[in-house]
Amino acid sequence: MARFGMAIDTVRCVGCMDCVVACKTENSVPEGFNRDWITTEVTGTFPTTHLEIRSERCNHCDDPPCVSCCPTGASHVHDLGAVVLVDADKCIGCKGCVASCPYGARFIHPDGYADKCTFCIHRVEQGLLPACVAVCPTHCMHFGDLDDPNSDVSTLLASRRHHVLLPDAGTKPRIYYLT
Amino acid sequence: MSTYSRRKFLKISAATVTVASGAAGAAGAAASAKAAAAPDKPSKRAAQGVQRIPTYCDICFWKCGAIASVRDGVLWKIEGNPEDPLSRGRLCPRGTGGIGAHFDPDRLKRPLIRKQERGQEVWAEVSWDEAFAYIATKMHAIKETYGPESVAMFAHGIGGNFLKHTLKAFGTPNFAAPSFAQCRGPRDVGFRLTFGEDVGSPERTDIKNAQCLVLIGSHLGENMHNSQVQEFAEAVGNGASIIVVDPRFSVAASKARHYLPIKPGTDLALLLAWMHVLVEEGLYDKEYVAAHGFGFDQFAARIASCTPEWAYPETGIDPAVIRETAREMARHRPATLVHPGRHATWYGDDTQRSRAVALLNALLGSWGHKGGFYAPSSMDVPGYPYPAYPKPAKPKLDNPGMRYPFAHEAISTGIREATITGAPYPIKAWFTYATNLIQALPNEDETIKAIKNLDLLVVVDVIPNEIAGWADVVLPEAVYLERFDDLNVELFREPFVALRQPVVDAPHGQKPNWWMAKKLAETLGLAQYYPWKDIEEYLDHRLTAAGMSLADLKTRGIVRGAPQPTVVEEGASLAFETPSGKIEFYSLQLEKAGFDPVPVYTRHAEGPPASFRLLFGRSPVHSFSRTQSNRILSDMMDENEVWLNADMARRMDLKSGDYVCLRNQDGVVSNRVRVKATERIRPDCVYMVHGFGHTARGLKHAFGKGASDSQLVTRYATDPLMGGTGMNVNFVTIEPEAARG
Ligand code: SF4
Ligand code: SF4
Ligand code: SF4
Repeated sequence: MARFGMAIDTVRCVGCMDCVVACKTENSVPEGFNRDWITTEVTGTFPTTHLEIRSERCNHCDDPPCVSCCPTGASHVHDLGAVVLVDADKCIGCKGCVASCPYGARFIHPDGYADKCTFCIHRVEQGLLPACVAVCPTHCMHFGDLDDPNSDVSTLLASRRHHVLLPDAGTKPRIYYLT
Repeated sequence: MSTYSRRKFLKISAATVTVASGAAGAAGAAASAKAAAAPDKPSKRAAQGVQRIPTYCDICFWKCGAIASVRDGVLWKIEGNPEDPLSRGRLCPRGTGGIGAHFDPDRLKRPLIRKQERGQEVWAEVSWDEAFAYIATKMHAIKETYGPESVAMFAHGIGGNFLKHTLKAFGTPNFAAPSFAQCRGPRDVGFRLTFGEDVGSPERTDIKNAQCLVLIGSHLGENMHNSQVQEFAEAVGNGASIIVVDPRFSVAASKARHYLPIKPGTDLALLLAWMHVLVEEGLYDKEYVAAHGFGFDQFAARIASCTPEWAYPETGIDPAVIRETAREMARHRPATLVHPGRHATWYGDDTQRSRAVALLNALLGSWGHKGGFYAPSSMDVPGYPYPAYPKPAKPKLDNPGMRYPFAHEAISTGIREATITGAPYPIKAWFTYATNLIQALPNEDETIKAIKNLDLLVVVDVIPNEIAGWADVVLPEAVYLERFDDLNVELFREPFVALRQPVVDAPHGQKPNWWMAKKLAETLGLAQYYPWKDIEEYLDHRLTAAGMSLADLKTRGIVRGAPQPTVVEEGASLAFETPSGKIEFYSLQLEKAGFDPVPVYTRHAEGPPASFRLLFGRSPVHSFSRTQSNRILSDMMDENEVWLNADMARRMDLKSGDYVCLRNQDGVVSNRVRVKATERIRPDCVYMVHGFGHTARGLKHAFGKGASDSQLVTRYATDPLMGGTGMNVNFVTIEPEAARG
């Protein structure tokens, strides 16, 4: 069974937010909310400054606290690609998952349910790439099956240095940042 | 003076091709037809009520080819057209968020006529007929008293074409775009003086093949000209050596092998020192210079004293770094691209600085070579055969007596000046199309002074921005997703023609520019200039004359022609349209006109004590001052910040997020703006993203958010060669928010 993940090349990313805008239009994310966002980490002292720009979103963790804490089963791991999803009809908007996510990936949609990145499963099912990956003008985002050693993401992870966010949180995140 | 018209430039130095020009063209067309016939899952999507309509973007002038999706009759999203060479299937963030322009609740809805004093923003809604009758009456009166030449038009973008046609038919020669004297003009003149041609728009830079890329103040990645950014990422991915010169640690700087944190205003000293090293160490392309250069020895003599040690106290860049980076450029030549930039109006000596950029490229042999500057081509699509325009009795007045001898386009600030002084003759009406002159021209007071001399100001736009606030008549335009426009036939890597067509209806009966221009012409009694019934007839006429059809373009959005050789490596040949027929290292035409034949560095004035030089630039999610009320884009960034060196901020007891006001050297105080205390800027300057701090009340959402850099640009340094307005000559101090008022 597939296990979807992303490898995002921070060397190429320019932080343009196209991924955020495309997610917003593709998924009709309401004004004031976003499913993905840009973090710019500045280190060093001018002029020997260093930047790492990251496009961040739900990490679709292998060990998702948002799923284990959900009282209704709305927050679940989907059959296809082990994507973490929310069933809006089952969700009671209790915010438990919002609090449990160490990445701040979830928000309560104005319609009353927990919302977040879906890895654009509706597109993936049609053989398309997630909207953010498909739009990125720098081609820095890669999406695919981490369990397939020949996938784009697997080969990149085998050949490039990378890290994940909050490795110590024990969630086993599946968004990798190439450096 | 420059004797080459744009038309001549197109003919001589760039190939124009027809659609049927050979096998590659036919094959390309067949391939694109196939691609268009098979968008992803067409039948399934259609069944779900999704329609995909090709068009091209208008959020900036890059004009990327796009495909808009409408779901159950409602605009859903817009994506790049994979057949389009500009977007290569991916729009920039502004383009992706472009659908927000259609939904913007603050947009102009109905024609308006002013009811109170100018600038009060009090209007009455009128019918289109009333609006045109009002305009025509005023125009006839102006024509009677002053002549038709006393009408001027300012435009930005392709949408101004038809209104310009109407006003030419009316009899005026006065048209200008701020994109020349307030933006790329000095660059284009500097390159023309050197190579005989400019770099065009989109720029003919072969970034993706560059092995060494030098960016001087160009913040690609924050400035989102789509193809440029895509190619920049490609170059970074290929491991190209990137050299960035900028007082601010830009995103591009973070990708650079060499970051040179230059003192603002001293770039020309650095450029001269780089050239000095290339010449002194014999690292330049001797063969190329011998074959194509004119006046090299005189040039070399003039820069002999411009050593890195001489440049050091000016620029603050270590002489060893200057040498090292010059050698790095030489190592990769001719695939070393010193990017010409775009917004070049900085200090008033910008044409000479741009000429130095051109000369540095010439020493590296990059003009005409892979990884340098390529030769673009375009399709051959004839214009519509209109009747001849009346010949204006008076010449255009933006540049009387060729005061700025090398200006090859009209100077917008020249028209403004004539409007204030009434000389050489009065200007009594302004039309603006999609350009917010209050923010686009330096020194707002002068713009307002000029407006007060007008009998008529007509603003055509989609949003009620600051210039609309001063208008007598406001004509609300349909946004690009709701209208046809003229064809995009641009010079680029490969020839193509693109169509803009309506995707959805305008929500309040706003009209396309072509309809307004035609209607105005008819009201003025100039109907003979619009022999076509509607724009589809016009477009089909042009396309048929070029061997294409509107029906075909409607389904595909883009038709591509056969690629032509673009660089010497592909068989293109080098030709220079300069007086000498060569690359002019030493310029006799400049010398004759009384200017430096080889660029000379002069030190620019410093600001008052404790002040910071005000610098401004772009955000990837906004275009000029046009997009701040787009709710999708404002969700990405709804207010700008003032970037302040972290150490300075500590000393001033300021931290990120604090609100401050900026006061410039002339006492102008900005709206409140948040501090961004950062290790990404020098301590002697501050930086803001342009386009914020709106004061127009109709922009309810954007009103009062952030500060306007333009408001603080009360001073400008005029470029004596071409009339450009250098705007990085203003200084600000920082005050707590409370001090305002
Ligand atoms: S679209 Fe790509 S380059 Fe732009 S911020 Fe997102 S990941 Fe980075
Ligand atoms: S995968 Fe889809 S839902 Fe997730 S951030 Fe990207 S566009 Fe948004
Ligand atoms: S660069 Fe961006 S805003 Fe400009 S035309 Fe292209 S997609 Fe539109």
